[in-house]
Amino acid sequence: MTTYIIRRLLWVIVLLFFVSFITFMIFYLFPSADPAALRAGRQPNPELVEQIRHQLGLDKPWYVQYVDYMKGVFLHFDLGYSYQNNISVKTQIFQRLPATISLALGAAVVWLVIGIAVGTISAVRRRSLFDRVSMTGALVGISAPVYWLGLLALYLFANDIGRFKIFPGSGSYVPISQDPAKWFTSLIVPWFVLAAAFAAFYARLLRSNLIDVMSEDYIRTARAKGLSERRVVLRHGIRSAITPIVTAAGLDIGILLGGAILTESVFNIPGIGRLAFDSIQNSDLPMIQGTVLFGAFFIVMANLIVDILYAFIDPRVRY
Amino acid sequence: MTSTIDLARESSSEAEVSGIAARTPLELFWRRLKQDRVAMAALVFILLLVAVAVLAPLLVKLTGQRPPNDQSTKFLDEFGTPTGPTSENWFGVDPLGRSVFSRVLYGARVSLEVAIIATAASVAVGVVVGMTAGFFRGFVDTVLSRLIDVLLAFPILLLALGLAAACSLGNGCLGGLIKPGLTVVIFVIAFVNWTYIARIIRGQVLSLREKEFVEAARSLGASNGRIIFREILPNLVAPIIVYSTLVIPQNILFEAALSFLGVGVQPPNPSWGAMLADATEIFDTAWWYMVFPGVALLLTVLAFNLLGDGLQDALNPRVERST
Repeated sequence: MTTYIIRRLLWVIVLLFFVSFITFMIFYLFPSADPAALRAGRQPNPELVEQIRHQLGLDKPWYVQYVDYMKGVFLHFDLGYSYQNNISVKTQIFQRLPATISLALGAAVVWLVIGIAVGTISAVRRRSLFDRVSMTGALVGISAPVYWLGLLALYLFANDIGRFKIFPGSGSYVPISQDPAKWFTSLIVPWFVLAAAFAAFYARLLRSNLIDVMSEDYIRTARAKGLSERRVVLRHGIRSAITPIVTAAGLDIGILLGGAILTESVFNIPGIGRLAFDSIQNSDLPMIQGTVLFGAFFIVMANLIVDILYAFIDPRVRY
Repeated sequence: MTSTIDLARESSSEAEVSGIAARTPLELFWRRLKQDRVAMAALVFILLLVAVAVLAPLLVKLTGQRPPNDQSTKFLDEFGTPTGPTSENWFGVDPLGRSVFSRVLYGARVSLEVAIIATAASVAVGVVVGMTAGFFRGFVDTVLSRLIDVLLAFPILLLALGLAAACSLGNGCLGGLIKPGLTVVIFVIAFVNWTYIARIIRGQVLSLREKEFVEAARSLGASNGRIIFREILPNLVAPIIVYSTLVIPQNILFEAALSFLGVGVQPPNPSWGAMLADATEIFDTAWWYMVFPGVALLLTVLAFNLLGDGLQDALNPRVERST
């Protein structure tokens, strides 16, 4: 098991190395703007642009730029400095991280609770009214764009422009360290909006898994030995039907920790997604590299954690 | 979001042959699908939508609505706020005084065009790569699978945003091959999407190549090319159709998301995503500008999802419907 984990960790490093290389090449070969010109402000004179280009090291050949960058990353865990404002990329990412973590984990709680509850009830009461209504709702949930749901929610419930002024509107995010109560209320709508599609997807997944599992022989055995239906479903059914949910949840949370660009945009939450989006607009390569690497790191780590969990649940997976 | 598709299970089609005539797996697939009313309704809706997209100019003319890029301050009130649905502008107007109805109709064109071409491109690449990796195994498989691993480690939307932003500038990218506009959006979506299909096809081919009919072909002296195209590919047709149908709605949402973030379809070309982005500024007063493009997007994606569900059930009859 230890060798398995070590091997996987080494692969994570190789993977991140390739990700950084590809990102670098994409933005080196196809820059989305000239960072030096952007930095120089309006109507810059060519000398100033050249000077800034030199300062940022953009006049060096690409391989020198790349090696310099990678040296910083591997030797000092230094992701460089933003072309825009010279602030350390690492500092800015860590500043934005709490907002993204709050959004992603809160939404995960919402979608897991709703998805598992709805999925289970639907599977147990198959073809009931509840099942039909919730599965139709789930289909709408996976089909609706998250930013549109966000706009609708704001239109209906935001306390500034909404028809029913219940929840704080867009741009009301407050860090938890500043005011936990406001933090919570400002995130309620974003949590539910972001969670909607996931909850729908999980409910469908769990329902179909649970229906499959409930026709297994060991479920019949459990019933035959006189267990209550509740116990059969909860202890025998869900326990094996929930494995794919655990996998999906791990991977989805990993992806969201890299930034939920659309949700952060609609609700104006200053998270990593917004940071990445802005840096792409400005062709701020160090910042793009930083956010992409960060996102990729969460994705591969989530994969790794899910695989390790699997190896514990099912020893046959171990290599 | 991970779309888990249980294609691993083979359709046990041989067992279901009834009557005298032998039926191909594809015929059985179609027979099963025809009995699924929801899926057939979705299919009809999609066909209608395609008709609307193709006939958009004609429909706009017939309904007497103004063309999509016809700006007019006449329909803005004295504060420059757009006016809502009237008999003159069924779905109201946008901040430039353009007819939202026409733009929604034309938006169907953009949406379907991008989604279908991007899906076709990513499926083509995915099938070629997946079949190569699965059939030849060994070193080729290792290299291709690792490449896929690397691409799957990327934050997809971020990668797409970066590529789209880069390619939308000046002459585009790849030496002017990818021109700004729809081509960029299609290229980006295809580029980030082929990996999923490649993975699934690889898995299918890995199991198919061990089947007896492949061994039989080989013992008759069939070449690799013949085995790939005449023995294995026909068995992949049904999963490819199902998977494509499930990818199309994802790609419609993807195009809309890129356009929403301003790096997709460029103005004045109408796109549902871009309209929703415009609507974020004024949706508290002009609800129609948010509602109609959003509903169009929702219904389109929903129809493809319903059809995809139906196709999947027809391919794999043991799985219980989720609606």
